[in-house]
Amino acid sequence: MALIDTINPLLTTGWAKGDAGWGIKEYEARGGYRQLRRVLESKMTQDDLIAEVKKSVLRGRGGAGFPTGLKWSFMPKAAPVKYVVCNTDEGEPGTFKDRDLMRFDPHAVIEGMIIAGYAVGAKAGYNYIHGEIFETYQRFEEALDQARAAGYLGNNVLGSEFSFDLFAHHGWGAYICGEETGLLESIEGKKGQPRYKPPFPANFGLYGKPTTINNTETFAAIPFILGMGGEAYLNLGKPNNGGTKLFSVSGHVNRPGNFEVPMGTPFSKLLEMAGGMRGGRKLKAVIPGGSSAPVLPAEIMMECTMDYDSIAKAGSMLGSGAVIVMDETVCMVKALERLSYFYYEESCGQCTPCREGSGWLYRVVHRIEHGEGRPEDLDLLNRVTDNMMGKTICALADAAAFPVRSFIKHFKSEFEYHIENKKCLVDPETQRMGSGFFKAGAV
Amino acid sequence: MNNDNAQLSPEALRRIDREVAKYPAEQKQSAVMAALVIAQDEKGWLPKETIAAVAEYLGMAPMAAYEVASFYNMYDLQPVGKYKITVCTNLPCALSGGVHAAEYVKTKLGIDFNETTADGKFTLKEGECMGACGDAPVMLVNNKRMCSFMLPEQIDKLLAECK
Ligand SMILES: Cc1cc2nc3c(=O)[nH]c(=O)nc-3n(C[C@H](O)[C@H](O)[C@H](O)COP(=O)(O)O)c2cc1C
Ligand code: SF4
Ligand code: FES
Repeated sequence: MALIDTINPLLTTGWAKGDAGWGIKEYEARGGYRQLRRVLESKMTQDDLIAEVKKSVLRGRGGAGFPTGLKWSFMPKAAPVKYVVCNTDEGEPGTFKDRDLMRFDPHAVIEGMIIAGYAVGAKAGYNYIHGEIFETYQRFEEALDQARAAGYLGNNVLGSEFSFDLFAHHGWGAYICGEETGLLESIEGKKGQPRYKPPFPANFGLYGKPTTINNTETFAAIPFILGMGGEAYLNLGKPNNGGTKLFSVSGHVNRPGNFEVPMGTPFSKLLEMAGGMRGGRKLKAVIPGGSSAPVLPAEIMMECTMDYDSIAKAGSMLGSGAVIVMDETVCMVKALERLSYFYYEESCGQCTPCREGSGWLYRVVHRIEHGEGRPEDLDLLNRVTDNMMGKTICALADAAAFPVRSFIKHFKSEFEYHIENKKCLVDPETQRMGSGFFKAGAV
Repeated sequence: MNNDNAQLSPEALRRIDREVAKYPAEQKQSAVMAALVIAQDEKGWLPKETIAAVAEYLGMAPMAAYEVASFYNMYDLQPVGKYKITVCTNLPCALSGGVHAAEYVKTKLGIDFNETTADGKFTLKEGECMGACGDAPVMLVNNKRMCSFMLPEQIDKLLAECK
């Protein structure tokens, strides 16, 4: 089970009982579905509901940080058929918060999606669930059955005029389906290749109908926002960065896991909550927002607070909230090689700059790591990324470029050492022991 | 392979019908991903004939179903061992032993990634992020069972359990 620790728990209040707290009875006992009931019984208008979400300054938790209320307001009012889609494709390396939300509090996601459906005038929704988490998908199906039996889903929700049904769609191993239009293609039963934008999903989404798509954590926050009011939620965080956020901390810490903290919490505090550095070793670098975010060296990271604006100012992105912590046993060239392989492997291949560029990045970093680097390689890598960024259908090409540029920018001497000496700056035995897999002296 | 073997059992078809019901009536194709999973569960892997049978059942072109089967990583278009073990080696896991866990399994089974043991029992695959990096090292058994914190003792135990 995931370790959790929180300041001002909101999203994680339901996690305390672990696997025993996910059911509908438990959810209702902690106030669940009360907000949906209030919205329906008071016949709240769609505009008032969206205004409340705008007030909270909730920003999308899937990576781009787009204001949720604003996104909802883009949905055309008159369209007869509309959809709400939840993105639980969580495949961004380092991110594992949506899985825990779905395991420990699936009804919060369901309630958030129903309320969103009411706000934008949709009668049906889909939750797209990452292929690798079958057990979580199964539990979500069970939760849907419970919600249907209790009258929260189906025709005339809680006896109101409003009808809404919700279904789970299970992915089967493709990172690119996390991109919202790739995801919609995938629900339509096709290859998950992203679409040109515009048109945006709010106008042309699932089956060509207006569609609102949000991340799991975004939907799960909705009942809490309505419960406390948009303004109170905003005030939990800091201006322009409303509320609390889940951070998935992985890598070289004593207690990897999910931590819910108010936006604006110092990184040093988050690191402390995660038990500090494993073996008391020295922090070297942090990727603060999932593998697609630029890496930051320890000294810069230790000055940051965990919110969109602070991390952006430091030259990276809060992204999905996946905080990948690396200590001094890491060879930065090898770390980058693995990330570059990932983007090369997961590029869907329809844009030449991404398909070819991601292959070039991987092969060049690979040859540096394997002692065959050339002095001109670092310039070559930067040039390849220039030809990828902003030149493709979706942001995967940028996601492949950011790590390369930032690793070279902040750890250039380590790359140069590799090219000159044909080996890692960090000695191989130190690297080997860093993972904690091998006990000292054993195997 | 003869075509009868490609046909799906009534139970599989019932499960596919349940998936079809999730989508608007004119959007049966939306169920193709789930239908291919159901077919793969039944056949062990996805021969072309089985993919074609799924396509026919859903009223779509065989090529369109084949495109889907070849796009998503967890469909097996070649036979695999009784236990397919996929180890996540992406960076967040690697920091906590993902790559070392894969090496350990390779040594124990005497196979590399994308190979199957001579007795047909195990196939080893390299995986990408499974959204469980806090539990590293993580492995997936036959696409559906997630195993967490796979240090040497846990790996030994898992392999011994796979009969
Ligand atoms: C390559 C790529 C992968 C993505 N993966 C995810 C993902 O796994 N989960 C997610 O919620 N958003 C992901 N996104 C972002 C989505 O496209 C989209 O912005 C998001 O789901 C919108 O929800 P939000 O506004 O609530 O954040 C990804 C984007 C790209 C370009
Ligand atoms: S940028 Fe890459 S992943 Fe995105 S659509 Fe183009 S080829 Fe596909
Ligand atoms: S990197 Fe292995 S599960 Fe995320």
